Amino acid sequence: MEMDQQPTTDILTVETIHTYIGQFHILEGVSLRVRRGGVTVLLGRNGAGKTTTLKSILGLTPPRQGQVILDGQEIQGKRAFEIAGLGIGYVPEHRAIFRDLSVAENLKIAERRKGDLERRADFIFDLFPDLKRLYKLPGHHLSGGQQQMLAVARALVADNKLLLIDEPSEGLAPVLIEQMMEAIRELSATTTVLLVEQNFIMASQLGEHYYIIDDGRTAHDGAMADLIHDTALIRRYLGASAARVGGEFAARSEQRRGG
Amino acid sequence: MNTTTSTSKTRVVTGRFAAWAQQQVGGLLLVIGLILFPFVFSWLYGSPVDSGPPKFWQGQLIVVFITAVYAMSYDLLMGYTGILSFGHAAFFGGGAYAMALFLAHVAPRIASSYRIVGPGGVNVTEIVLLVVGFLAALVVSLLLGLLFSAVSARVKGAYFAMVTLAMAEAIHILSKATDFVRWTGADEGLHGVPVPAWINPIQFRLRFYFVALAFAVVMYLVTRRIVHSPMGRVFVALRENESRARMIGYNPAVYRSLAFVTSAVVAGSAGALYALWTMSATPTMTGAGATVDALIMTILGGIGTLFGPMLGAALMELFGHFFYQWFGARWPLVFGVIFIALVMFLPYGIVGTWQQRSAQLRALLKRASQQRRQDPSDS
Repeated sequence: MEMDQQPTTDILTVETIHTYIGQFHILEGVSLRVRRGGVTVLLGRNGAGKTTTLKSILGLTPPRQGQVILDGQEIQGKRAFEIAGLGIGYVPEHRAIFRDLSVAENLKIAERRKGDLERRADFIFDLFPDLKRLYKLPGHHLSGGQQQMLAVARALVADNKLLLIDEPSEGLAPVLIEQMMEAIRELSATTTVLLVEQNFIMASQLGEHYYIIDDGRTAHDGAMADLIHDTALIRRYLGASAARVGGEFAARSEQRRGG
Repeated sequence: MNTTTSTSKTRVVTGRFAAWAQQQVGGLLLVIGLILFPFVFSWLYGSPVDSGPPKFWQGQLIVVFITAVYAMSYDLLMGYTGILSFGHAAFFGGGAYAMALFLAHVAPRIASSYRIVGPGGVNVTEIVLLVVGFLAALVVSLLLGLLFSAVSARVKGAYFAMVTLAMAEAIHILSKATDFVRWTGADEGLHGVPVPAWINPIQFRLRFYFVALAFAVVMYLVTRRIVHSPMGRVFVALRENESRARMIGYNPAVYRSLAFVTSAVVAGSAGALYALWTMSATPTMTGAGATVDALIMTILGGIGTLFGPMLGAALMELFGHFFYQWFGARWPLVFGVIFIALVMFLPYGIVGTWQQRSAQLRALLKRASQQRRQDPSDS
């Protein structure tokens, strides 16, 4: 791993974790270092183990081997609700809100201390103004995009050191992807985000650092600015369409530098 | 100045009360109607309020009030937390037996050695003993709830239902066991429980009626408060998706036990009152039939509506009464057919379906009025 060894700047360290689901060996040694602040992106093909990595960090699929260190504290082996309580907000894929609860209740249930929501309400409604309008509606009345925003907002209610966000752009209309991207950029100013994202445009614009997970292993990592130039690497791990996007970005930034 | 602030404060309070009353208008009317019922009925029927058909119908409604609370406690578990338990009778019966055993075997001994008489000749000992009996029932049902949730903590869904069924059957067998015949009367049950004279349901039927009505109203308000509390929100979250609740930091096992114990205590309190009403505790109260009753009432009225199961309880008791008159002992057969039809045509129960339909209607009216507002600007 070509990262500088400054433990104090890392909010999360994942050290060669192995995770099994049933008898299937899904993660075969994933290692990550997430620096405090900003967005770190997990890239990789479908089924590479990105979501399982997030779930292993949170203890939903506890790793059998390896270490997970949150802010200097070993958390592997703890139960999921305990890990969440230590300050990890998780936004699972597929808009995981509570459909039977109202928007307000969905947010309130994420309070860890009394008054959390009140303290954070302005920040949340600033990011997602729609939610203020929909405040009293039940979750199942929300559109897909609104549900996704609620799922992200829910992770912002409590004071979380780290947000794990899984595929926030999945199934969203382009205009909503823009909005979501803006929201994640804004909230990453005050907290740390570990983002799983298939949409390479979104991933490359948000992430400062990236990790590529392939076949349950960490295959590559580095600065996003370098990755977008490495079309061959992108094609190898992320496919041709991502490579095209990367190529376009690289060309554009080259032009900017030239002109 | 002081007076102006106090009047404005009272205005705020009365304003808030008015708003609350407006929201609860249906419930308030229902309660007022039930308070007036014995008198109106006796006036219409032309016989005194404390004898004949008026007295009989007060008795029917007392059973409705008690079973309504029992059904509601089941809804807390099944409707709100999504736990399907087949052992609910154990809590109801447990509460009933706790009360009956206390009154039959413990209370007389205490009452004979201590006698406190309050002003106006009120027998304070009897009142205290009744309260203690009630508390005993609550403690017993709480312990049963803890035991059930501890034993079944590791199983879910149908397996959970089976474990609770097995445990409730164990309690049922225990209540029938001849080993304890001296205390429980075994198969026969414990009859002729010495209920304090002032609340004796035969002598003071009307008084018991109001006690049971107050009990149902208070339990409904308490349960509704629980459902709308932060804890209640977690119950609903667990029903919908346990792992989502876990990943925002809730321990599902703890909250499931909380739901179980709360529900058990509410059911146990209903059982205790039922023991007073029948002046007995019998193995029927702990049997699987009593659990099935709760299940039917809850489904009939509407899962997850609290009031629905209460209505379901009322319907089932009243159906039972009239159907028995019309069809004799075969009435459950007829009721079964009606139940199937209701489940087919009102899949969310009576209250649940009504809530849905009225929400749809409101949305439709809203859209229509919006259209009407837009039309003039078009033309």
